Amino acid sequence: MSKEITIAEMPAGLEGPGFFATSLEKAIGLARANSIWPLPFATSCCGIEFMATMGSNYDLARFGSERISFSPRQADLLIVAGTIAKKMGPVLRQVYLQMAEPRWVISVGACASSGGIFDTYSVLQGIDKVIPVDVYVPGCPPRPEQILDGFMQIQELVKNESLRRRNSNEYKVMLGSYGIQ
Amino acid sequence: MAEITNTYVSEELYKKFGDAILSTDEPYGMLTVVVEVSSITSVVDWLKKHPVINAHFLTDICGTHFPQIPGKELCAIYHMQSMPNNYRIRLKCFVPITKPEVPSLTGLFPSANWMERETYDYYGIQFIGHPNLQRILNVDEMDYFPLRKEFPLEDGSRTDKDDKYFGR
Repeated sequence: MSKEITIAEMPAGLEGPGFFATSLEKAIGLARANSIWPLPFATSCCGIEFMATMGSNYDLARFGSERISFSPRQADLLIVAGTIAKKMGPVLRQVYLQMAEPRWVISVGACASSGGIFDTYSVLQGIDKVIPVDVYVPGCPPRPEQILDGFMQIQELVKNESLRRRNSNEYKVMLGSYGIQ
Repeated sequence: MAEITNTYVSEELYKKFGDAILSTDEPYGMLTVVVEVSSITSVVDWLKKHPVINAHFLTDICGTHFPQIPGKELCAIYHMQSMPNNYRIRLKCFVPITKPEVPSLTGLFPSANWMERETYDYYGIQFIGHPNLQRILNVDEMDYFPLRKEFPLEDGSRTDKDDKYFGR
């Protein structure tokens, strides 16, 4: 087993003997990106793949997400894995509304992203009909590596997000288009 | 215990109910009886309490919709089973789509409650006397009965499907 320990990369900044200066935004982005608390909203087979992703073989904890939150109020990232029936739509929306800002959403698999093979009267044709989505992971179901890749994309978004983004007018308009706030 | 045969059951049914039994058939060896809507409760009750047939278990209630049969578009189907006799029987009740009313079996089998709600949910068959006939599986806001043939199976809100890849 390798004894090498990787730590998160330092953001760009000014460095000298005994000090390091960077912007608050970058420092916060670094902290947030490496301590994302995910809330799994797993409804079907993609949820099984997510369980493998959390398990020791793939180990989501390597990315600072050891703490899986089963309460939306303490979660940063909503991982929607599986078919969302139309009847589940309002439940999913409620869970999203209960999450505190900043919050991110990752849609795992074809069903959550577009309805997948279930082009039928009872299935929501993509969760982006009820809540905004940051990253879509394709696959039916996606392998854990793909889910990890999607998670790393979320980390990139979190790292580079402006601290003012959630207060911006653009963001409010985007939420407004989903009837939130 | 002697094995119960389809002939025995259908003879007993005709003897007891006569004209209320519209026809009998044996698809795949299972006795299928078309019953007059007004007598379905008494037929089910009789099958349940019959000392020999003893069909004490209501396996399923479901529906069908055949728009090409005028006056008999909708059908409520009952499956009953006698566990001591290892015997199954199917009952059918045809109703017109303009007045899809069938008496409820909730008084005989408490398990009929959810099964009738499901059949109502999908086919719009009204079970008269049901204590709580409302949708059970679909969203409450749904304003149609999805398994009726006139409604498309595909969801209209799908945006990522290009018709030309499906040959239409």
